[in-house]
Amino acid sequence: MSDHVTVDRLQFSLTITFHYLFPILTMGLALFIAYLKTVSYLGRENRRLILLRKTAGERERYESAARFWAKIFAVNFGVGVVTGIPMEFQFGTNWAAFSNFAGGVIGQTLAMEGVFAFFAESVFLGVFLAGRNRVSARIHWISSLFMFAGSWLSGFFILATNAWMQHPVAYDRAGDRLQLSSLGGMLTNPWLPWQYAHNMSGAAITGAFVLAAMGAFFLLSDRHHEFARICVRVGVVGALIFCSLQIFPTGDRQAHNVFQHQPATFAAMEGIFPTEKGAPLVIIGNPDTEKRKLESTVALPDFLSFLTSRNWTERVQGLNDIPTNRWPDSVPLVYYAYHIMVGLGTILVAIAALAALLLWRGRLYTSRPMLWALMLAFPFTYIANIAGWATAETGRQPWLVYGLQRTAEGASPASSVPAGTGIFTLLGFAGLYLFVGILYLMLLVRIISRGPEDLEPPTPSTAAAVSTA
Amino acid sequence: MPTAWFCFLAAMVTVYVVLDGFDLGVGALHLLLGRTDAERDEATEAIGPVWNGNEVWLIASGGVLFMAFPAAYAAAFSGLYFGLILVLWLLVGRGLALELRHQLDNPLWRSACDTVFSLSSAALALVFGVALGNVVRGVPLGPDGYFHLGLFEILNWYGLLIGVFGLVVLCAHGAGFLALGGAGDLAARARRWAPRLTWGSAALFVVLIGPTAAVRESMLTNLTDHPWRLVFPLLAAAALVVTITAQRRGRWGRAFTGSALFIAGLLTTMAAGLYPYVLPAHEHRPYGLTASAAAAGHDALRTALVWWPLGMALAAVYFVYAYRMFFRTATVRSTSAAIDQPPSG
Repeated sequence: MSDHVTVDRLQFSLTITFHYLFPILTMGLALFIAYLKTVSYLGRENRRLILLRKTAGERERYESAARFWAKIFAVNFGVGVVTGIPMEFQFGTNWAAFSNFAGGVIGQTLAMEGVFAFFAESVFLGVFLAGRNRVSARIHWISSLFMFAGSWLSGFFILATNAWMQHPVAYDRAGDRLQLSSLGGMLTNPWLPWQYAHNMSGAAITGAFVLAAMGAFFLLSDRHHEFARICVRVGVVGALIFCSLQIFPTGDRQAHNVFQHQPATFAAMEGIFPTEKGAPLVIIGNPDTEKRKLESTVALPDFLSFLTSRNWTERVQGLNDIPTNRWPDSVPLVYYAYHIMVGLGTILVAIAALAALLLWRGRLYTSRPMLWALMLAFPFTYIANIAGWATAETGRQPWLVYGLQRTAEGASPASSVPAGTGIFTLLGFAGLYLFVGILYLMLLVRIISRGPEDLEPPTPSTAAAVSTA
Repeated sequence: MPTAWFCFLAAMVTVYVVLDGFDLGVGALHLLLGRTDAERDEATEAIGPVWNGNEVWLIASGGVLFMAFPAAYAAAFSGLYFGLILVLWLLVGRGLALELRHQLDNPLWRSACDTVFSLSSAALALVFGVALGNVVRGVPLGPDGYFHLGLFEILNWYGLLIGVFGLVVLCAHGAGFLALGGAGDLAARARRWAPRLTWGSAALFVVLIGPTAAVRESMLTNLTDHPWRLVFPLLAAAALVVTITAQRRGRWGRAFTGSALFIAGLLTTMAAGLYPYVLPAHEHRPYGLTASAAAAGHDALRTALVWWPLGMALAAVYFVYAYRMFFRTATVRSTSAAIDQPPSG
């Protein structure tokens, strides 16, 4: 722990991981709240589109569901904001050399996030919550769409920044700093579309499973049946759609990006040591970097080559042919994070598919085992999302900006931020976030125990205060 | 191009201080002005819907600093490490306290939240002042473009003086905001305190000229060498006069505008006095970061010139819309509270 870079990395990984738990749900829920609001606002009995063909009573229930989820969204959004502010500060406080080196490029997308996404999100969430009975139904619906657009736009700018760090494009070198040569080039980075789609689909999966879990919980505890059925139905259908998108095309194409542009990362993810034509897909196995091989392996021969390039004998570069100073600094971490993501993803697909089958057969709402599975599955979506990011970020190592700046070169100089200082603030963040996490759960339990039928609108201050938690 | 971005950044920081300034001021005065639970409710409700939006200006200003002057951002944030982490923790504590006071119906809980909210607001007002004071004073930048100031070096005499000034100015601004609304005791008390605090800021404004000249003489010569820049301190002085006369006549709306302009005058004066430096070194030392030395590449700045005005225009539309809606609401709310009825919403 005496190394200041290690401390800076630990602090950043703590704060970003804790922070990201909240945007996952914010972005996922924003989509489903916008959907519920849209059905409630546009639904009519004679609509052609079957999703919108709703009676007045059904529309009322969609409206009530949207309002219930907006309360959870507000608390979640608030904690996301509170824990997100430190991220922007830490680029300067702990990663000053990185900011100096790359700020001329990534400052662009980060500033755009602030200017385009944050203002819209904060204002329209305020309108959505506080203005419930003060604005027209149309404005209320539009603000739900703005919340959705704002949170997904926010995600876009962050992903544009990360995609650039994974695969730098559209820059010039000027002395020891980088300069942006074209914003268009940065936003059309080939890395970006699939990473963004994969990430957002992951967030939507969390939103869908959280919806389904809440519905399952109320059905199992025999409360709020109408509301619970909407949640389970929308959640299960959403989970099936986004789980499928998560694997194909987004996951498949994202893996192909890594294969093409970060061979060392790809080899570490898949646990490939010798270079092979016709590389195996490892299902189970423990990477041993000392002996440079996988142990206790269960693998499908040639499958990896096929998956990456639709060619059974495609050459896949192994770690043995890559100098160790370009290896991710913890191969097992990358390998396990990736396999945890994929493994949990597979389980989630199975649950979503089974639940969708039961929904189609009309037996889902009474199948207690399936409801139990739905209720307990949602934490896995968080773990899978976080494990995916751990793969991306530890897989990019030893680079901070791939191929251009090593992580060790990006930290603030030890003379400004020595290791002891970093340990102090790391512990401070850990304590503060423990407290924040407990308060968050406390608030959520309160909202859930009150349930959806509590339709009494909050006073303006409560709503706003909730929105800023 | 760096000069244009220097101006934009100064403008955004100014908007931030004017907007978040009043809710920080309300927070700092919270325990002093709100004597009963109902009054404290009223105070937090008055700022409830808008403070988070106001705080976004801080984030957006930080983003623009990063985008336009990455070297200054890197140097200032790592050099003032503890100051910034302190700001972060205070922001988190303040937000939580404000949010959580409504969540449990227990007087002890509310008092605890009120205390945290009030102390963290006051501390933030102070720390922001200290940070600006350190920038005016200059920081010990080295040839590598970095520096290090420990916590107690950040809290130097000049920084603390400006910190106290900032606290008084924002309290005056917050009192002026509370004086706007309602007929209750809270507003009456705010109307008694606003003039006192305004006089306090006026006195400190004059008194601080001496120390500022002592730590950075160029701050003043920079203004007198370019006489048009004297517009900014004159704006501050004129705004003070307007505020004080308006307060005497009981025109609280005008007084609040005056106080907003006073803050704008102060911050623009500071920016005009520092230019061309974004992050100056100590007076007469080398390595200060000028706008052009700290700026991002020309292409980046030119590209940002396309989207930035668009984003700001959108933000302005959202804010005007939200403020109009919420302040209509806030008035309804305090009136209905005054006649002891539940809110109509």
